[in-house]
Amino acid sequence: MAEQVIHTEKLTKRFGRFTAVDEISFSVSAGEIFGFLGANGAGKTTAMKMLTGLLAPTSGSATVACFDIYRQTEAIRRNIGYMSQRFSLYDDLTVRENIRFFGGIYGLDKATIRDKCDQMLHSLDLLREGDTRLSALPLGWKQKLAFSVALLHEPKVVFLDEPTGGVDPVTRRRFWDLIYQTAANGVTVFVTTHYMDEAEYCDRVSIMVDGKIAALDTPEKLKRTFGTATMNELFIRLARPAKGSGQ
Amino acid sequence: MMQAVITEGLSKRFGKVEALRGITFSVPEAQLFGLIGADGAGKTTLFRILATLLVPDNGKASLLGLDTVESYREIRTRIGYMPGRFSLYHDLSVEENLEFFATVFGTTVRENHELIREIYDQLEPFRKRRAGQLSGGMKQKLALCCALVHRPELLLLDEPTTGVDAVSRQEFWQMLGRLKQQGITMLVSTPYMDEASLCDRVAFMQDGRIMAIDTPSGITSLFTKPLFAVRAHDKHHLINELRAFRHAASAYAFGNAVHYTDLRDAPEAQELAAWLRSRGFDDVEVLRIDPGIEDTFMALTESSRSQQEASDG
Repeated sequence: MAEQVIHTEKLTKRFGRFTAVDEISFSVSAGEIFGFLGANGAGKTTAMKMLTGLLAPTSGSATVACFDIYRQTEAIRRNIGYMSQRFSLYDDLTVRENIRFFGGIYGLDKATIRDKCDQMLHSLDLLREGDTRLSALPLGWKQKLAFSVALLHEPKVVFLDEPTGGVDPVTRRRFWDLIYQTAANGVTVFVTTHYMDEAEYCDRVSIMVDGKIAALDTPEKLKRTFGTATMNELFIRLARPAKGSGQ
Repeated sequence: MMQAVITEGLSKRFGKVEALRGITFSVPEAQLFGLIGADGAGKTTLFRILATLLVPDNGKASLLGLDTVESYREIRTRIGYMPGRFSLYHDLSVEENLEFFATVFGTTVRENHELIREIYDQLEPFRKRRAGQLSGGMKQKLALCCALVHRPELLLLDEPTTGVDAVSRQEFWQMLGRLKQQGITMLVSTPYMDEASLCDRVAFMQDGRIMAIDTPSGITSLFTKPLFAVRAHDKHHLINELRAFRHAASAYAFGNAVHYTDLRDAPEAQELAAWLRSRGFDDVEVLRIDPGIEDTFMALTESSRSQQEASDG
């Protein structure tokens, strides 16, 4: 059995009388690409906030990168990477400044940051853009850079919250090339997306419905179990009856 | 047939950025017309010009036979516009938002209830809830109701389904289909390629230009190369091996398969399968398939990029 990088047992979060996350239990291994799907309002964001140490659970237990999500949130935040559409890099800093800034936040020393910066600009083919402000870069480049910055401190697991929104299909697939490379290096990738074809690219996928995990398996097995041809069909079948909660 | 939208050579520049570079197209009445393209392609700028919120640098546009610059006041009363960013009042309830928009257009919710009834029925249980507290899918439905409340002849919908889950997206498109039956012309932009096939006609935008404009089946006929779907166990490895094949033109993940094109005119599936088997893929399956809209758009994106790189270098 591979090392468990994320492990939850009956993890629950209530807001007043509303149960946003309802006893979810699952494990994710080292180097696995884990797709975390669900309709808007199914509880994905709340679950992600708990796993990234930003929100205390109501009950249940979980460890992320071997740290406890009640008592070791600081250690979790130092040992995970995080990237989303809403929170990524600073538009008014240059590419180099962003890398230096986040390197500093992650507590890397100057020499390491300098090395990482050069490596990153080289591997992302951004050598000519090092001193360009981020606001002048195409969205697809920003997304790739934000992903690499989230990996600066060599975390065991990286959380990607809808990382590929708004880009063209070629750019979206290039981003997935990066995800595959990262996972091949042993980093666990925990990813949410509304593109159902991307669900097919994950090693395993979970689908949250009304705070619970309604299905969890490889895309192939899920489709076979539910007798659907695509993940889109499967998602619509599982998520539709739950619609109407409106929250 | 009467054209609901006509544009001629629209261009718009913001400082050094050329957002639109000569956009010419028209949309007949009662058509569902899709604008497909990534962020930064120019879709939102085009919508703002059509909604009379921006004046083009060059070229002109008319909606319902009215010029967008000269007759902007009349246009505004006859079209509905749903901007890409949620633009309703977060601290007003569902009901209050609808009433507010009805009042602004000098009408009442009751007067046009028939048109929005079906959508509003789904919002009804939450009518007292503040708009800011709704889920993404519900917000989109409320925004659509508000854009419809004065019974417009033409709807401009700027990325109504971005960030919305697959179930809500499907419901939203079913609603658009029913509005079309009522004779409302619609311009919808989207970054989702699967939604393109739900339109009567689509325009593919990139870097401020229209790269292709046709019916969905007309668009796919632009893809002329033989296309193969390749399946094997380890997808990442499979993509890398396919790209390393000496005749490979492209290899991209598509759902549970990898779509492959060859540099030669008449490649053979068997040859490709044999090569992959020699690379250790025992369970490989290679099928010749018809291209979809996404394949076609990707091919257009790639060819325009390689032309650009050639002219840059």
